[in-house]
Amino acid sequence: MNGWRDGRAGPGDWDIARLALYTLTGLILLFLLLPMFVIVPISFSSAKFLTFPPPGWSLQWYEKYFTSPAWLAATWLSVRVAALTMVLATGLGTLAALGLARGRFRGRGLLYGLVLSPMIIPVIITAIAIYFLFARWELTGTLAGLALAHTVLAIPVVVVIVSATLQGVDPNLEHAAMNLGANRLRTFWRVTLPIIRPGVISAAIFAFIVSFDEVIIAMFLSSPTTATLPKQMWDGIRQEIDPTIAAVSTLVIVGSVALLLLAEVLRGQAQRLVGGPGSRGGQEPRAKEDSP
Amino acid sequence: MTAISRVAGSIVDARPWIRAWEAVAERDGLRRLLLVLPTLVVLLVLFVAPLTAILRLSLLDPAPTARHYLEVVTNPTYLHVLGITFETAALVTLLCLALGYPLAYVMATVPGRLAGVLIILVIVPFWISVLVRTYAWMVMLGRGGLVNTLLLRLGVVEEPLRLMHNFVGVLVGMTHVLLPFAVLPMYSVMKNIDRDLLRAAENLGANRWQSFRRVFFPLSLLGVVSAAALVFVSALGFFITPALLGGPRDVLLSMLIERQVNDLTNWGFGSALAVVLLGLTLLVLIVFRRFLGTAAWGSVVEGR
Repeated sequence: MNGWRDGRAGPGDWDIARLALYTLTGLILLFLLLPMFVIVPISFSSAKFLTFPPPGWSLQWYEKYFTSPAWLAATWLSVRVAALTMVLATGLGTLAALGLARGRFRGRGLLYGLVLSPMIIPVIITAIAIYFLFARWELTGTLAGLALAHTVLAIPVVVVIVSATLQGVDPNLEHAAMNLGANRLRTFWRVTLPIIRPGVISAAIFAFIVSFDEVIIAMFLSSPTTATLPKQMWDGIRQEIDPTIAAVSTLVIVGSVALLLLAEVLRGQAQRLVGGPGSRGGQEPRAKEDSP
Repeated sequence: MTAISRVAGSIVDARPWIRAWEAVAERDGLRRLLLVLPTLVVLLVLFVAPLTAILRLSLLDPAPTARHYLEVVTNPTYLHVLGITFETAALVTLLCLALGYPLAYVMATVPGRLAGVLIILVIVPFWISVLVRTYAWMVMLGRGGLVNTLLLRLGVVEEPLRLMHNFVGVLVGMTHVLLPFAVLPMYSVMKNIDRDLLRAAENLGANRWQSFRRVFFPLSLLGVVSAAALVFVSALGFFITPALLGGPRDVLLSMLIERQVNDLTNWGFGSALAVVLLGLTLLVLIVFRRFLGTAAWGSVVEGR
């Protein structure tokens, strides 16, 4: 409310309406965040069932996770699938973003729509379609099959993030490099890439997360011997809610938050380099995104 | 522009470099297209081709037939599933807007540093696995969960309430998962509203409520519509959360598809259902296409 008053909130501004609004906001944030904080204590519970608050503390569920060949195999498979997805999606998506963000050719809008559509179309549809195709190609139950399918889902995320980074790059820097005699490849390698590198790395992190957390495609493509971590969790939750899942979930939350913080730091760097929100010219590129 | 500069160039012949640059730009456009080519091939093979195969399966089983589609629109069970799917998506959309608007408003109007913290608090849950968040709600809403424990201790209820494996669980879980989809597009529109307009309203004698209702709110509606479309379209095809938090009667279209393909290996009918879901999704996207620019999706993915 005081945003257009240059951020000055005088004592008189603290009226009932604002107090109510801030209280409401606090409750909404609690709704958004509380469930995740509830999992953490549950995972250290000494009980055999899910009860809150836990009657006592123990590491039994972590011990169960770290000594279970099935859970560890699922985790290792997920890490490998996510790493492969990250490499494929970041490579393909960055190239596509370079083409789409700057290129002026016919059908660019349509192409952009196609590239973004795996993010928009319900995953269940993509999942059964890819399952049908991969069953014929005998790619179900393989690491390559999972990574290829996840790449389809991760490409749009990479394209969106890298495109946004590119919007902020001053084309004059590239023109200057070329006027000084650099060819296109050299210009890209020595000028464009260093500027967008934090954006690309942050896109890679998100591509990893997309694959690592993906359940629905994994549900169809996993075989009894190749279950990803989310598929293993899904089965565990469906059969019986045992608190091992709480321990695994806590580990997933800690890992995700660590990756997100890393991406956030990189984004801060990217914005300093290309002039994102907060420095001049930050708002304008966003407005352009409206017309793909 | 090209024609004019060419004409100008040929008449004056003083700026040949304009033409040179344009030639470069045109070739550059095609070069840029080459960069998109690998992704295009991957998506055509791994996304478009499988979707086409599903469409064919739904129509050829094995001879050309429309019976799967007729089954969807004539069998009361399946019409009921369609109805529930729409009803759920609509209710979740309303809940997300109701909870998301105040949050987005506060994010857009508090000082920048605090707004940054709030954005992170909204983004972090968005990027945490939907499965983990749904499981968290199973822990919260179960018989021995946090909510029932609190209610029992406070003496509000005497018996634990049944809060999941029913429609309540579906609504709570889906609203939780989709709330960032509502907050971020609304926030991205609200923070760009010209503050001078609000100052002008107040200088002209409007009180704070009037300037909100007559100026801020109408300008924020663009974000509201784009948030609504985004949440609705995502909710239509939602699977994990309703499958885990819903009861036996809360079958959504996506769950019906999974069941037909996975449990019954009924590919023809499962594919027809998938095509129906795809069609409904595209319909919503087309109706709301003006409000669903890249910026809306971008705001969610990037949280800016």
